[in-house]
Amino acid sequence: MSAFSAINEEREIERDEFTPGIEPQATWCPGCGDFGVLKALKQAMPEVGKNPDEVALFTGIGCSGKLNSYFNSYGFHTIHGRSLPVARAAKLANPNLEVIAAGGDGDGYGIGGNHTIHTARENHDMTYIVFNNEIFGLTKGQTSPTSPKGHKSKTQPHGSAKSPIRPLSQQLNAGATYIARTAAVNPNQAKEIIAEAIEHDGFAHIDFLTQCPTWNKDAKHYVPYTDVQQSDEFDFDVSDRAEAAEMMRKTEERLYEGEVLTGRMYVDDSRPSYGEEKRQIGEMPEEPLAERYFDEDAEWERTYDNLLEHHK
Amino acid sequence: MTDNELIWRIAGGSGDGIDSTSQNFAKALMWSGLNVFTHRHYPSRIRGGHTYVEVRAKDEPVQSRGDGYNFLLALGDSFARNPQEEAYYGKEELKPLYENFDDLREGGVLLYDEGLLDDEDVDEIGLEEAAEENNWHVVPMDLRGIAKEHGREIMRNTAGIGATAAILDISTDEFEKLIKQNMSGDMQEANLNVLHDAYEAASELDVDHDIEVPEGSHDEEQVILSGSNAISYGAIDEGCRFISGYPMTPWTDVFTIMSQHLPEFGGISEQVEDEIAAAALALGASHAGVKAMSGSSGGGFALMSEPLGLAEMTETPIVLVEAMRAGPSTGMPTKPEQADLEHVLYTSQGDSARVVFAPANIRECYTQTRSAFRIAYEYQIPAIVIYDQKIQGELRNLPASHFDEEPNADPGSVLTEEEIQDAAHHSSGKFQRFLHEPEDGSNVSPRSVPGQKDGRFLATGNEHNPSGHISEDPENRVAQMNRRLNKLDDIRADLDENTSHQTYHGPDEADYGILVWGSQQGTVFEAVDRLNENGHSVKALGVSDMAPYPKEEVSEWLESVDEALVVEMNATAQFRGLTQKELGKYGDKMSSLLKYNGNPFEPAEIVDGFESSIDGEELAASNMKYLPAAGD
Ligand SMILES: Cc1ncc(C[n+]2csc(CCOP(=O)(O)OP(=O)(O)O)c2C)c(N)n1
Ligand code: SF4
Repeated sequence: MSAFSAINEEREIERDEFTPGIEPQATWCPGCGDFGVLKALKQAMPEVGKNPDEVALFTGIGCSGKLNSYFNSYGFHTIHGRSLPVARAAKLANPNLEVIAAGGDGDGYGIGGNHTIHTARENHDMTYIVFNNEIFGLTKGQTSPTSPKGHKSKTQPHGSAKSPIRPLSQQLNAGATYIARTAAVNPNQAKEIIAEAIEHDGFAHIDFLTQCPTWNKDAKHYVPYTDVQQSDEFDFDVSDRAEAAEMMRKTEERLYEGEVLTGRMYVDDSRPSYGEEKRQIGEMPEEPLAERYFDEDAEWERTYDNLLEHHK
Repeated sequence: MTDNELIWRIAGGSGDGIDSTSQNFAKALMWSGLNVFTHRHYPSRIRGGHTYVEVRAKDEPVQSRGDGYNFLLALGDSFARNPQEEAYYGKEELKPLYENFDDLREGGVLLYDEGLLDDEDVDEIGLEEAAEENNWHVVPMDLRGIAKEHGREIMRNTAGIGATAAILDISTDEFEKLIKQNMSGDMQEANLNVLHDAYEAASELDVDHDIEVPEGSHDEEQVILSGSNAISYGAIDEGCRFISGYPMTPWTDVFTIMSQHLPEFGGISEQVEDEIAAAALALGASHAGVKAMSGSSGGGFALMSEPLGLAEMTETPIVLVEAMRAGPSTGMPTKPEQADLEHVLYTSQGDSARVVFAPANIRECYTQTRSAFRIAYEYQIPAIVIYDQKIQGELRNLPASHFDEEPNADPGSVLTEEEIQDAAHHSSGKFQRFLHEPEDGSNVSPRSVPGQKDGRFLATGNEHNPSGHISEDPENRVAQMNRRLNKLDDIRADLDENTSHQTYHGPDEADYGILVWGSQQGTVFEAVDRLNENGHSVKALGVSDMAPYPKEEVSEWLESVDEALVVEMNATAQFRGLTQKELGKYGDKMSSLLKYNGNPFEPAEIVDGFESSIDGEELAASNMKYLPAAGD
């Protein structure tokens, strides 16, 4: 038996395998967009043929961070904003794991903004889902980095003077190789995008519009939206950087004008993932590092035989 | 007076190759059979600024810098600032020559590069009078000129070595061997020529002095290395194959060494965006089943506080290295201090549990880093190795056999897939990762790693139940909290049984004691020997386990003395505070000798400090502070 026999196990995967059964019921509010992410994620799993034991899900803190309480895989609920660096290393340690990270807009664009940029820049082979509800949910409705300018909250009673962050454009500039926006109100598109993102060999960033009926009553995400791939109006090439940038600009501008444009925004299949690049320059072992600790025949070199010569 | 030890100081500008030259000098002396110890002083500047390294050589083992030095090789600062800045910085070119004049011993030798330092300037610093007063033997030589003759003036270092050898009557064989080993072609030839020419030129000067370079011979093969080398090698030998970091002096050294070597050993190194990420990556790698390490210095370690707590709560093993420098804030980047102890012990929220080891020398840097990994992975707890800028950079020779140890790749309490099948599972199918009462009666609930069949669990920084789900149930809370904290008792018992990290020095019975931790240990031990020679009755205890604290050992030792002086490099007596807190008494027995000016103690200072403390006299030296006993 291999040390990690769950990985690449060949069998039919059922959606229900990702439901934790008698584990605790979701504490999300009725009507919360987070249910939409959970559902889409579970539906995507049979499509990509992943079984729960080979999936490692890393979340931050916030309502969104509860995702892995309701998703039956290996899970790591980390700290506010830090899911990505934890996830990155797990992927490097065992590249055969299916690594998914998730968190809120405060988590990924605020406190963890630095990690979000750098993970995209390095193009780690993983999927990152940001639950974008334009608000801090768990701490009860403060302004978040994606809240619109002028948005009033308890901590910004006069309305925010800040323009919202533009996560899609930011991630394009940072170096993500798959970027999409989807919304909880369209489970089919969401499922397809998550499945594509998982299969993408590189950093896939999904800005997932979720509604927070409790704290963000005027969010626009309930309104019908346009799938940019299905609309003739937006005939553009997702693999063309300039066209993608233009599409993202439109998407990000119009969101705050009340029109929700979603879909794949950029797909670059040509750039090797970070792990691959590292392997090519000789900084990553061929075999997954984690396997070695379970391999009884592995040889563990000692510094005495290698490095001490230099000090003699 | 004849000195039967050599303390050779090479001084120049930062960037002048002072460091590498001193390393070669030390290695050559080690090859000749002597024991060596280096002490390094450098400013927080990239190029220029007074820097020096001392190499102390004796026939017996050396574990400390000495008091001052008896041979100065002053090369001048070739990167000195422009003259306009002189008013502010002083004449930097000259600093290598006259800074710390006071520390040059009577009868010492002062060899300087007159090719770089012009005579007028040298007059200005009053060298002649000082030399007369102290019976110094001043030897100006055109070292730069000799180097230039064979090509490049940068080789004046080699000229300095050649001249040193002639003046001290040391054979040049070992230096030649080193040049041949490190260089090839024209460079090798040029350096050999410079070495010989300088040797010849200095021999003709016939300098007569009182330094007697001892002779020695080793009965075992030796290696010379730094604390950072030893920590890195300990980690690698203990199966660490993942490091993540962000540069910060002096931690950068370990990070660099690990980054250079891990790929050769099949491991991975990651330089990341900040220290929060660095610690988080180590956690992620460990979660996935790899032995991992990260680290930083004060400010960077502050950023690691939150991931450190996460490691405790999720019981994910990691090893962090904290390399201290003088604080608060960015403090003095290149100066040692022992003032991050409380930071390392108490940072992070909640009743947190971690293991902290403070190796006292290069030997312990290796063994205790290995202990840190073993404990972290066996007990699923973060372990921190705390050391300082002094041990980080100082070189010392040790028998090579010290490193001739078996590797240990065991990731500790991780189950195999077969074992997971037999382990307890929740009725939802989830693996019971955090049992209240593990089956073997220990406090360690075995873990699985992602990708293993049927090992699914949730790791979370929130309080959680046995299958990892977030829980605020009061009974569960108490059970989990107790189990996590109780590990510390188990670790204490394990350490007591298997690996005492504490070091006793001096006679078994003595009236007085000196208690010390970390890098000042060797210096204290040397001072204790001198005090006993001076007729005092003193012994010392060096403590390396900061947490869990070796309460019994230290209590017994404190019971055995009338009074104890606690020596440490900080202003607030942090280690003494820890000892008193852990033992709950002896506040009336312990006084403190503190130094926090950026320079480590010299043995003579501890002798002085001790003598004035028992005489109840004020400390004469203004660079130290005495803090009397405070009661219980
Ligand atoms: C270091 C730190 N700062 C603040 C918090 C408090 N906190 C918890 S969740 C949260 C905001 C979450 O907002 P978002 O990421 O948008 O997620 P949502 O709850 O909306 O899903 C904050 C500020 C924390 N846990 N840690
Ligand atoms: S507060 Fe908002 S984001 Fe959080 S669970 Fe409720 S609806 Fe969802």
